Amino acid sequence: MLLNIKNLHVSIDGKEIIRGLNLGVNKGEVHAIMGPNGTGKSTLAAAITGRDGYDVTEGEIWFKGKNIIELSAEERANEGIFLSFQYPVEIPGVSMTNFLRTALNAQREYHGKPPVPAGEFLKMMEEKKNLVEIHSKLANRSVNEGFSGGEKKKNEIFQMAMLQPTLAILDETDSGLDIDALKVVAKGVNQLRSDENAFVIITHYQRLLDYIVPDFVHVLFDGKIVKTGGKNLALELEERGYEWIKEQHLA
Amino acid sequence: MEVNDNDTILEQVTQNEYKYGFYTDIESDMAPRGLSEETVRFISAKKDEPEWMLEFRLKAFRHWITMKEPEWAHIQYPKIDYQDIIYYSAPKRKKELSSLDEVDPELIDTFNKLGISLEEQKHLSGVAVDAVIDSVSVKTTFQDTLSKHGVIFCSFSEAVREYPELVKKYMGSVVPYTDNYFAALNSAVFSDGSFCFIPNGVRCPLELSTYFRINAANTGQFERTLIVAEAGSYVSYMEGCTAPMRDENQLHAAIVEIIAMDDAEVKYSTVQNWYPGNKEGKGGVYNFVTKRGLCKGKRSKISWTQVETGSAITWKYPSCVLMGDNSVGEFYSVAVTNNHQQADTGSKMIHIGKNTRSTIISKGISAGQSNNSYRGLVKILSGAVNSRNFSQCDSLLLGSKCGAHTFPYIETKNESSIVEHEATTSKISEDQLFYCNQRGIDTEKAIGLIVNGYAKEVLNKLPMEFAVEAQKLLSITLEGSVG
Ligand SMILES: Nc1ncnc2c1ncn2[C@@H]1O[C@H](COP(=O)(O)OP(=O)(O)OP(=O)(O)O)[C@@H](O)[C@H]1O
Ligand SMILES: [Mg+2]
Repeated sequence: MLLNIKNLHVSIDGKEIIRGLNLGVNKGEVHAIMGPNGTGKSTLAAAITGRDGYDVTEGEIWFKGKNIIELSAEERANEGIFLSFQYPVEIPGVSMTNFLRTALNAQREYHGKPPVPAGEFLKMMEEKKNLVEIHSKLANRSVNEGFSGGEKKKNEIFQMAMLQPTLAILDETDSGLDIDALKVVAKGVNQLRSDENAFVIITHYQRLLDYIVPDFVHVLFDGKIVKTGGKNLALELEERGYEWIKEQHLA
Repeated sequence: MEVNDNDTILEQVTQNEYKYGFYTDIESDMAPRGLSEETVRFISAKKDEPEWMLEFRLKAFRHWITMKEPEWAHIQYPKIDYQDIIYYSAPKRKKELSSLDEVDPELIDTFNKLGISLEEQKHLSGVAVDAVIDSVSVKTTFQDTLSKHGVIFCSFSEAVREYPELVKKYMGSVVPYTDNYFAALNSAVFSDGSFCFIPNGVRCPLELSTYFRINAANTGQFERTLIVAEAGSYVSYMEGCTAPMRDENQLHAAIVEIIAMDDAEVKYSTVQNWYPGNKEGKGGVYNFVTKRGLCKGKRSKISWTQVETGSAITWKYPSCVLMGDNSVGEFYSVAVTNNHQQADTGSKMIHIGKNTRSTIISKGISAGQSNNSYRGLVKILSGAVNSRNFSQCDSLLLGSKCGAHTFPYIETKNESSIVEHEATTSKISEDQLFYCNQRGIDTEKAIGLIVNGYAKEVLNKLPMEFAVEAQKLLSITLEGSVG
């Protein structure tokens, strides 16, 4: 199993948000996580990626056969975990090129490889830019600075394409995208999909799942996964909302 | 959670010990400790100076003893005992040096530690280096290329001997010895420095560069630089320095004077990383510098670009006096303070001529318990019709124990002129750091990246080879021992 989360409890400022969550993801799979606002989806993503302040009070996170709880955020990233942020931040004055080269070289250094040669890197930038149909101009600008909401999301997928993670967590990458951008993002993900990697897609809308067909759909509620199903569960949620699930869970 | 964790990370990352702490043992030829007319005469005699030079020094000294050391609101330091300083120290030199082979091997070694081997400089970078170690110019390279173009670039002492008329004409014409306490002190005891003269219509073919280095223990260093750009000429001048680690504070009070005639342009770039003192705030260089450029001619232009990462205390306001009509003054600055460093820096733009323009871009970065102040003066006199100034002062805070202060003073004496001032204060957010971490970039590198991004506007103004060095320096200054 690529990712195996066992009985995970996560607190922020002493307040428990994730309360005994289990999730297993194999290579080659796409998992969708849905659920009402404020139930802990982004918190789960933060805990997996090792963000400071998200205290794992109980449970284990296994990735590629290693318990990664003790690893720093950058070590987890370099192990191959990527997060497409719900709210990507701006880093003024730092060009996308410089940022990505630094990131890629950090990853290579972690794996004992020499820095990527400039020519090879630029070629790769070109190739991946086309993949996500990102404007050359965007890639020359500072990280997310002045990007529109949709551009920021596409830029996340561009970075994912550059860093080639084994596990990519997409936190509401589809929110705020117009239909064309949505297709571009989906196309990007689908092209990167392989037997060697896996995706966890956090979303509120079934729409994205028309383009990226998930193997499993999970409903996160009250800090736990309370229901798991196939692709059709998303359709059902779209139709019926979450009330019935809440009722089932609280009953 | 954020505040505390963030502070701890930043603290670890920003607590870095000075990397250039070493000391070269070269037999010094020193003046006795203390300052009196005797000392002034000793220095002048040591340097075989003509009578007029001694007179200048003595006048400055006699003025200095009537002055009071200035006090500033945002700088605190133990009182300097001016009688406990050695005012002159020169590496012993038996004869004139014509090649690097003749240079004291220890000096070469020092340069190598600094990564500025003269050989390499000569062959690789095409930069003429006038290296100043403890007050005496040791070696000047590329002299031939320069002299072909009629450019004079030599040590100040040499200029006093070889070009007395030029020195007499311009020395003190921009920064008179009466200007301020430290200028008077420098004028009395200055040890050496650089002289640069670009004749009419000449575009200087090389970037001129000087590496300063304070070396012997307890030696004040008093450099003097004079740059004269005749009509229609251009020169880019770079000053860079490191000082070895030392326990007592070292006083540095330099003067830089620039004169630009009609249509002349002078770019003056500084990268300063003198020893800032240790983490507890002990030791470090006191840097009290007077830098001023006079745009004397019409359409002349002087720009100051500085990256300041060193010194325990920095007091420095590179200024432009815009006398010629349509002349332009620029100031681009990045000042980093860490641990217990204090910096009070900024610029003065004095508009005298018509249609004069000035730009001030100041980027302060504070970490640790340091204090970083911007102090600027924009003065537009009544004759300076249609003049403009734009000032932008940004502060970046790393952690919550450091301080940033901005003191912009504006005096406008005519209504046709426009003065604009913008100021911002920001912090490196935990969100930005995590974003970088999530891409595999550790916090130390992330801070380097973010800080360099923040300072980009200024770094872009530096000559290429300097910009690379400055970028590294910014990261080094803030890097430390993360986990
Ligand atoms: N840094 C924080 N400090 C305090 N509370 C937090 C913090 N981050 C999240 N929370 C709280 O944790 C709970 C879960 O938040 P989370 O962002 O994980 O929800 P979500 O499922 O991603 O919601 P949405 O669908 O709106 O994105 C919310 O009640 C939120 O207010
Ligand atoms: Mg969320």
